Amino acid sequence: METQIKSKENFNPRIVAFLCNWCTYTGADLAGVARMKSSPSVRVIRTMCSGRVDPTFVLKAFKMGADGVMIGGCHIGDCHYSEGNFKTLRRVEFLKIMLKDFGIDPKRLRLEWISASEGDKYAHVTNEFEKELRELGPLVLQE
Amino acid sequence: MSKPKLALYWASSCGGCEIAVVDLEAKILDVAGFFEIVLWPCVMDFKYKDIEALPDGDITLCLFNGAIRTSENEHLAKMLRAKSKVMVAFGSCAGDGAIPSLANFYDKDSIYEYVFKTCPSLEESSRGVYPETKTTMPEGEIEIPVFWETVKTLDQVIDVDYYIPGCPPQTFQIAAAVEAVIDILQNGKPLPPKGTVLGAGDKTCCDDCTRVKSEKKIKKFYRPQDIITDPEQCLLEQGIVCMGPATRNGCEALCMKANMGCRGCYGPPEGVLDQGAKMVSALSSVIDAQNPEDAKKIIDTIADPLGTFYRFSMASSILRRVQKKNNK
Repeated sequence: METQIKSKENFNPRIVAFLCNWCTYTGADLAGVARMKSSPSVRVIRTMCSGRVDPTFVLKAFKMGADGVMIGGCHIGDCHYSEGNFKTLRRVEFLKIMLKDFGIDPKRLRLEWISASEGDKYAHVTNEFEKELRELGPLVLQE
Repeated sequence: MSKPKLALYWASSCGGCEIAVVDLEAKILDVAGFFEIVLWPCVMDFKYKDIEALPDGDITLCLFNGAIRTSENEHLAKMLRAKSKVMVAFGSCAGDGAIPSLANFYDKDSIYEYVFKTCPSLEESSRGVYPETKTTMPEGEIEIPVFWETVKTLDQVIDVDYYIPGCPPQTFQIAAAVEAVIDILQNGKPLPPKGTVLGAGDKTCCDDCTRVKSEKKIKKFYRPQDIITDPEQCLLEQGIVCMGPATRNGCEALCMKANMGCRGCYGPPEGVLDQGAKMVSALSSVIDAQNPEDAKKIIDTIADPLGTFYRFSMASSILRRVQKKNNK
């Protein structure tokens, strides 16, 4: 993702979404197949489990120009690897505290549990996230 | 044949690296016997203009410690790079920013405001007097270096060949590295690949730590003064924030032997981009919470997580600095 000069006018948020293979990615697929309107700002990266998402990935996404990062996983109790998403929920809680200390609004990081059958939830969540990011404006990091 | 030339320089640093070199004791005589020391401002009197007069690449080895915080630091780094065949980022400040880069939590204005205006120990007569980079005196104009907004690591301003981490690098590791360099130069051996980390391992501090480690389930974090720890058991299991899992080995787990959690001074281990993020990852795996509320309660018992996890690597981390208040 190339770094561009971002301006407030004519701002299209860039969302990086790490989606788990078993639930949310399939849910996103369903949203597409069912022709639901979902945000075109989302760049999807498929991971085998939401627990695979290292906090480094999130920081790197922000550094490389993302305005928001979304992590999608199976509902608690439904993880394909039984407890991967428990690790995710603790990491995201932790990362939000770190982001706040870094001076980045923690709302720019979003965790959602979306199952393979919840295409409508995927569409709703991404649209809502895009709207929130539009209100927050572009993330311009200082060096 | 003339002796190979050696330069040691300190940029934004505390002088601890110099002490670590002097701690070589009798070995320092081997160093002085083998090399001709051309620059070592902490110990001997040299003039910058003498270094400027040297031809490019004339210095065989430069051990550069300290972070890059002022225009003078950057100028000397660039000059020594041009004059040196091998440039080594010596110590954690040059390698990862370390303690000086904690200034990246603030910006120049707020640092100046505190240091020159609100600091309680200032004399009243000098309160509010800010330094001017250029001042005209009867003898002419004098200049002091410009203070940068953000502290940088050495490899963010110049090309660095090797790294010796540590705050300070352990003396036995320096001795080994110096012996290796002398061996390479004397016997014409090939240099290690560029970017190699010398005088340290490629695993984590936990690998060297001899404490007993079992499954970790942390319910609360303690500051070292709040708890009497078991001398045999892993400190992290006892709720002390120990940076061991996210720190390069090489010090032989010194702090843990003294009942203190690892402070993270050897920087991120091999292949890790961001020490703090790795620490978040490590701790998230061992916190005993099944829902966000419990997790937050436990995380909130860590005093200053950002400052703790990035104590030695703020400048080399992915985000490099804390954003100013007006930035979202």
